[in-house]
This record gives sequence, structure tokens and C-alpha cells, in this order.
Amino acid sequence: MYLCTMGLYLTEKHIKYKKNGGGDYVSPFFIYHKNKKRTKVFCSLKISQKDWDFKSKEVTKGDSNYKTKNKKISSLKTKIEKIIRNYDSTNELLTPEKLKIELEVSKVISNGNKNINTKSTLDSKSPNGPLANKWTTHKGSINLVSPSNKRNIDIIVIGTGLAGASASATLAELGYNVKAFCFQDSPRRAHSIAAQGGINAAKNYQGDGDSIYRLFYDTIKGGDYRSREANVYRLAEVSGNIIDQCVAQGVPFARDYGGLLDNRSFGGVLVSRTFYAKGQTGQQLLLGAYSAMNRQIARGKIKMYSRHEMMDIVKVDGKARGIIARNLITGKLERHGAHAVVIASGGYGNIFYLSTNAMGSNVSAAWKIHKKGAFFANPCFTQIHPTCIPVSGDYQSKLTLMSESLRNDGRIWVPKELSDAKLVQEGKLSPVDIPEDKRDYYLERRYPAFGNLVPRDIASRAAKERCDKGYGVNKTGEAVFLDFSHSIIRYGKEKAKVKGIDGPSDEIIFELGEKVVKQKYGNLFQMYEKIVDENPYKVPMKIYPAVHYTMGGVWVDYNLMTTIPGCFAIGEANFSDHGANRLGASALMQGLADGYFVLPYTIGDYLSNDISTGEIKTDSSEFENSERDIRQQLERLINNKGKHSVDYYHKKLGKIMWNKCGMSRNEKDLKEAIKEIQLLREDFHKNVNVSGRIGEYNEHLAKATRVSDFLELGELFAKDALERTESCGGHFREEYQTKEGDAIRDDKNFKFVSAWEYKGDPSKATLHKEQLKYEDIELKTRSYK
Amino acid sequence: MKLFLKIWRQNNNKSKGKIVKYQINDISPDMSFLEMLDVLNEKLIYEGNDPVSFDHDCREGICGSCSLFINGRPHGPERGITTCQLHMRKFKDGDTITIEPFRANSFPIIKDLVVDRSAFDRIQQSGGYISINTSGNTQDANTIPIKKEDADSAFDAATCIGCGACVATCKNASAMLFVSAKVSQFSNLPQGQVEANQRVLNMVNKMDEEGFGNCTNTGACEVECPKGISIKNIAKMNREFLKAKL
Repeated sequence: MYLCTMGLYLTEKHIKYKKNGGGDYVSPFFIYHKNKKRTKVFCSLKISQKDWDFKSKEVTKGDSNYKTKNKKISSLKTKIEKIIRNYDSTNELLTPEKLKIELEVSKVISNGNKNINTKSTLDSKSPNGPLANKWTTHKGSINLVSPSNKRNIDIIVIGTGLAGASASATLAELGYNVKAFCFQDSPRRAHSIAAQGGINAAKNYQGDGDSIYRLFYDTIKGGDYRSREANVYRLAEVSGNIIDQCVAQGVPFARDYGGLLDNRSFGGVLVSRTFYAKGQTGQQLLLGAYSAMNRQIARGKIKMYSRHEMMDIVKVDGKARGIIARNLITGKLERHGAHAVVIASGGYGNIFYLSTNAMGSNVSAAWKIHKKGAFFANPCFTQIHPTCIPVSGDYQSKLTLMSESLRNDGRIWVPKELSDAKLVQEGKLSPVDIPEDKRDYYLERRYPAFGNLVPRDIASRAAKERCDKGYGVNKTGEAVFLDFSHSIIRYGKEKAKVKGIDGPSDEIIFELGEKVVKQKYGNLFQMYEKIVDENPYKVPMKIYPAVHYTMGGVWVDYNLMTTIPGCFAIGEANFSDHGANRLGASALMQGLADGYFVLPYTIGDYLSNDISTGEIKTDSSEFENSERDIRQQLERLINNKGKHSVDYYHKKLGKIMWNKCGMSRNEKDLKEAIKEIQLLREDFHKNVNVSGRIGEYNEHLAKATRVSDFLELGELFAKDALERTESCGGHFREEYQTKEGDAIRDDKNFKFVSAWEYKGDPSKATLHKEQLKYEDIELKTRSYK
Repeated sequence: MKLFLKIWRQNNNKSKGKIVKYQINDISPDMSFLEMLDVLNEKLIYEGNDPVSFDHDCREGICGSCSLFINGRPHGPERGITTCQLHMRKFKDGDTITIEPFRANSFPIIKDLVVDRSAFDRIQQSGGYISINTSGNTQDANTIPIKKEDADSAFDAATCIGCGACVATCKNASAMLFVSAKVSQFSNLPQGQVEANQRVLNMVNKMDEEGFGNCTNTGACEVECPKGISIKNIAKMNREFLKAKL
């Protein structure tokens, strides 16, 4: 395509000459396409307005401002030419409508990186009408599949965590034939099992003023106004049902002495809405979903494929029609056809090598669909959890989370004096011996309203800020104290009173208090003691932030469908509900909401067009080609026989990510990160050493394919972080902060979701934007002071 | 630390396995047991040898993947932990450590230390659930109050991670502790009453079918259970079973 400059100069003569049949004035641009067709674009400009209007407009003869207009026309010409160049590289047709959108987008992006291709805005397809009615209206109006047709429809679900297991079970209950895949030896081992603290629901059982709206509001605010309003409201709306459903399934939530459900409080909120089962809420909820799955497996409605890894998605006529999977025991590649594919494979926190994710957690399923056309949204939005056990050595393989619920009763502090901090670091001073007035409870000092219960991103950064200034409290200087002594004493006194002990001694108070704390957090304290070899009842815990959750993920519309028709993404694998920061106890809520209550209905809207398709055959060329590509990829890895192990590369990638794309980011670091990751990726493919063979149980080969995907995602991650020149939620750009170190968000330029389209290489990814509209919430600077 | 390792190596379930000796140096006492194996594997890869396969995932003691039989005990010498929570500080410099897979007829070996525990899944599929659909129309969660003690004991039973240590340690390779944990969880809750009889009969039946042995009350399972599941659950299951039979 090229642009014809004809008619670009506004002179009286031209105005007469270009007068259109209808009498309207037009300043036409002709875009010539390769097939010699041309598109005529009509532009006009009122002198009072800054931007171009693409409706035709009459210009009076003898327009005196034509010089000013000419200047604007020539700048517009430059912009259009650039857009044409971008479109040329993609072989897509530029229509006047698209051009209009592109021009609007180019205004927004002009203050960002100049080299990024930006394409049209994305439509979330959120239903119209008042927020509170959207979901009900939508459910009532979407297409359904009749029970007799459901029997003939197959759905593949990748992953059996809370989202995948609940979706598989519900889809099977509805009558679809489900094929569920997990790489673990049993669906019950998916990493949702490790979630500790709890699950939010707007039940208002505590009568503390909770409501659907408040949960919705807290989630949007906690996410720093970067999530989609309609999705979050729906999430809050179904949250209550999740608790009902789980209790009916026999999930043993904590109860009070009256026999009713107990709640606790989590960061970033002022009510108690978190349901829990000691420190093992994720386990109990997952076992609930697993039991629902088991019931369907027994009925034959779910076929379970354990120790299977999805290697690729297969598209036929643009639609998701199946996958290529690898049986991890035999190493064989298998073809599986289906009418829809659901990705519930979790987040990509393991890109940092060290994270609280399980060793096997990976991005591959999500990344593979990204490479086949699913947009990847907000990859740089990562949650760094403030309370994890600090790193202790180079050999470390993972980090262990200490539940956020501990911040209900633990107080976070560092020494006030640098000299004290130094002594603590050298092991010459015990924290117990530091007097109260020499301690800096920095969260309570900086954020008096929320104190120790500020959201995770804020708590993490505050810890980093103290440690960077030299106040850290372990030998690496990267740890702060989480202290339970005050709570133990407070609970001890309460208990003594209840027991009618008069003037209890300090020992008795401690003993009674310790019991209460043990009951609340026993397993967490035990876990800490096992790892660190210190008694946290007596000596304050040492904690430090660690990568925990990824808010970013596959872009989905309101129906949770990706940009590949028939491919859906749910749970942590998608991006939709947590914006730039997730509140505690909301991941479990989202996973189950998507799986139990949203996807099983919205998927019908798509499948209703597929009722007469019949069984999906896997002998087509699409399946064949995909399988061949995967086989070649595996062969390359095995035959490489290079110098370094897979872990060598994974650790290197992790270091780059943590140091340059971690808790705080800046332009220089991010640009370096992009370059370094590119080089590392090149080196990986040249020099990686994968032992064993393809046709056998080969854990290292499986790991190699996962790390290979992380090496690609890493670059997109850094690129996304570089583009977003604002600080919001978990994404903190050092250039955009207040004097006090608080984030400066830029709603004018960045109130959108960045959705990246794959173009053959992460460096060529194209940015699409979903503009976020807030109809029911007023955008405010987040304040927890 | 310097250690001598004796590790079970077996290519697949058709080939014969054997103990292979390795020596490993520079082990930090702060490492977890699995991190020590990571170090060994890195070494093997750099030497051009096949690394040792073992199951592991969350590495925080909750997923139930890791399953090593260390010096004759499942999950090693400590009580109340899984292998991933075992740290090298529990061993001495110069120790010899024998590492074997969880052994039971119902847990066939896949490779090296990796075993197939899908029999556990099949037992769960035979009745480890409450038959209720996801409708969104279930009654409000607080409609039925449940005594705190009942809820707590249901929870205690429900914390089983399905690792199989109970089977591995039992001289009969019995899965009674595992099965009873599920039966007991539901029998402590009103929701579980409706299908109680059917559940216990089906699950016990499936357990037998899968080839697990019988319980002779030695109590080894309770001792080795990383989650402290009580042997009282077995008594409870026996009562439930009898009740259902009568």
C-alpha cells in the first residue's frame, strides 16, 4: 500500500477542484493497495478542534486558515504513512474505520516507545446496561446448546487447578464430553493446592457492611484501576455462590463455636470477608473441585489425562480444534480433537526461576496459543508477595510463601537505627533485645489507616525501600521482621481473662497466647521452623517479597474467549479481573468463579454454532503439521548436545527478570533486559544440553520446552514494562513516583489493557489496546493512608 | 558436607532396577533434600549421564508429589514432613543415604524413583465425593450450622495430601489410612450422610480391587504420615463399613 498525496494542499483552487458530488468538502487521501484497488479516506478539520474528524465537512470558499490546516495535513500524512507501513508488514487491509482507530491510538502512544506497532483497539464485548444487571442480562440472552447436542460436543481443558477442575466438572455435569489434561501425576496436585490464606466472598456474614458492590470496588481499587469493570462486578456477584457450592461439596471451612462459618481479614480491605480452612484453603477447595471431577470421571463424562503436557494448539479454519499433547510417561505425541479448548494452566511466575510457584508451573500452554493468535495481555503485571521466606543460597530452587493472613496478627518492622540493623545482620544483636522505641513499624508509620494490611504491592515495595536503605535484617540484608509477640500477649491476656486467671504471670500469658496463635497459623509456623530452623513464636519471622502471582495473561473477552475463536482462558491464565495488582484471597475466588459459574455458560454461546459439526477428526493436515513441528522442536533440543543444562539458562533468565523487571523497573534496565534475554535465548538454542531420549519419561526434556517458552515470554514481559511509562499496582517504574516513593499512575495515557499480538518474534509483537471504561467508579489515586 | 548416596535406578517398568552409588560434595546443610538431588542431577548432566528422575512439584509440603523412601523411611527421618521439607542439616557430613521409590504392588515404578499412584485417584473416583451439581442454587452456606469440633475433625482428615507414604511404610501395603481419611471427612459432616453407606462400600471395594493389602493395626502409617492423619480415622471407617453392611 502507499499513500497518494493528491489533494494534500488546501488552496482555493483545490477546494473547488475537490468538491465532492454531495457538495461536501473533502480532503481525500487515496490509499493504493497491492491489488491496485484504492481506498479513499475523507478527512476534515475544524480549525477550533485539535484532531481530525473523518466525517466529510463543507469548507467555505476562501478559507483564510488554510496555511495552518496545511501544516496539520502534512503531519497527518506522516502518521498515515507510518500506519500504512505497519499494515504492509502484516498484509492486512486498512479500511477507513481502522485508519480512524489507528490514528486515535497513535495519539496515545506517541509519548511511548516510537518503535512499537500499534493496532486497533480491542472490544471486550461487555454487555450494555447497568453494571448490576449485565451478567443476568447476558446469561439470559446468550445462545445455549441443548442437552441432546451437548453430548456430541467435546471440550479440552488444560490444567486441573481450581479453574480447570471446576470447569471440567461443571462442563461434564452439563453434558459436554470433557478431556482434561495435567502434567502432574494426579489432578489433585495442581498448584492451587498450595494457596494458603483464604477465599473472598461478599456474604456479609460478619455484618460489617460488606456487599457485592464493596467487593467489586475493593478489587478494582486494589488492582489500581487497570481491570475490566464488567468482569470484576460479575466476579463479586458470583462470589457468594462459590461458598455455598463448596460447603455443599463438603469443604470443611473454619467455623466458630456457634457452628457458622468464620471469616478473617486480608490486605487492602476494611471488612472481614475471607473464608478459610486454616492455612490450607487452596488445598480444601481444590480437593472439593477434584472430588466433583472424580464424580464425572466415574460417570465417564470426563476423560482424565494425567502426566500429559499440551505441546500445541491446533487450529482448523481459524478455530481451535484440538491440541497436540505429549504423554510424559511414554514420551509419545498424541493428537486430541475437540470443539473448544480451555486453557486453565495458571500463571507464569516461574519465569523468575525463584518464585512461590511449584517447580512444574509453566507458561507453555498460554504461550503456545499466543503464538497461534491469542493476544497476551499485560505481561508485566506481576505480583510480588511481601511475606515469603527470604532467599538463603544459590542452590535454592523455590521460595516459600507465608500467608498474607499472618499480617492480621503480625507486625512488620526493621530497626530504626542503621547501627542496630548492621548488628542484626552480623548476628550480633537479637531482635528481641531491640527496645520498642528503636523499632520502625514502617507500614504503620506510612499507612496509618491500613497499617500492616496494605495491599501486597505496597507492602513489598515498602520492604524493598527499607532494605535498599540498609535496614534489612538477615545476612544478605534482604529481609524484614514479621513479629507476633504483641498478638501473643494480647491473645494471652484475653484468654487469661476468659479463664478467670487473676494477675497472670508473663509466662502464663505467653503460653495461652501461643496456643491461640498456634490454632490460627499452626501449620505456617511449623513450615517456617522446618525451613529456617528458628522458632517463630519466640524470635520474629524474617520475611522478604517474592514473585507469587501474575495478573497478566491471555487476553479474553467478557465470555472468557481469547482472540482465537473456540479457545478460552480461565483462572490465573487469563488477565481479566485483577488489574495491576491482586488482592489477597481473590485468586481462589476468580479460579472457581470462572470454572464453576462463568465459563460453563459463556462457552455455550460459541458452541451453539458448532452443534452440527460432528466429531473433530485428527487426521487433517493441520494436526499433522502441528505434530511435525513439535517433533522437530523436541528433536532439536535432544540432538543439540550443548554445554549447559536447562537449569543453567532458567537461573540466568530468572536473575535478569528479578534484577531488571522485578519490584521496580526503569527504562535503562528494561532495555538491557530485552537485549540480554534475546542473547540468552540464542545461546540456549545453540548450547543447551538435554539428556535422554524423546520416547521415554524425560523430565529434563519437558523442562527444556518450558524454559524455551519462558525465554520468549521474558522479552515480551520487558517490552510491555518498557511501554507502560507509568507506575500502577505491581508495575513500578522508578521514573514515575512521588517524592515519598508512591506510584504515579497515568490515567490519561495508560487507562488501557496492553494486548500483544505475536508476529513471529517477541520483538515484533504488535500492541492492541482495550480501553478501560469506568462507568460506575470514579478513578482516584489509590490511598491507604 | 560430603555424602554417599545409594539410589535406585530403573529405566522403566519393564526393565530391572538396581542401586547405584554416587558421591557428592559441597552440600550446604541449609539445602532441602530435593535441592541436594538437584545438585546431583546437574553434576550428572554435566558429566553426560542420565539424571535421576523423581517426582516433585510444590516443594512446600502440600502437593503430595514427592515420594522418596530415605534410609528405610518414607519422606526420611523426620516426622510430620514431606521429603521436600526435609533439610540436609538433619544429616551428618560423611553420611551414606539410601534413596528408594515408594514400593507397593499397586504403585508400579515408572522410572527411577517415580511411581504410578493413579490407584489412589481411582479409589477417589469410586466414591470420594458428594453428588451435587454446580447450579448456583444450592442453599446458603450458613443454613446448616456444623459443630466446630465436627468441622475441625473433618478438616483434619481432609488434609491428607495423597502422597502414599502410608502405603509405602505399611508391611501390607495397605491404603486404609488414605481411604479412611476421605470417608471420615464426609462422615463428620451432615452433607456426607446421604451417600455414606454407598461411599464406604464402594471405596473399600475399589481399594481391595486395586490390590492394596489389609490393615493389621501396626500404626506405622500414622507415624509416617506427613500430615499427621490419625489412625482413628481407620477405626471410624471400619464403623462406617460395618454400619453400611448391616
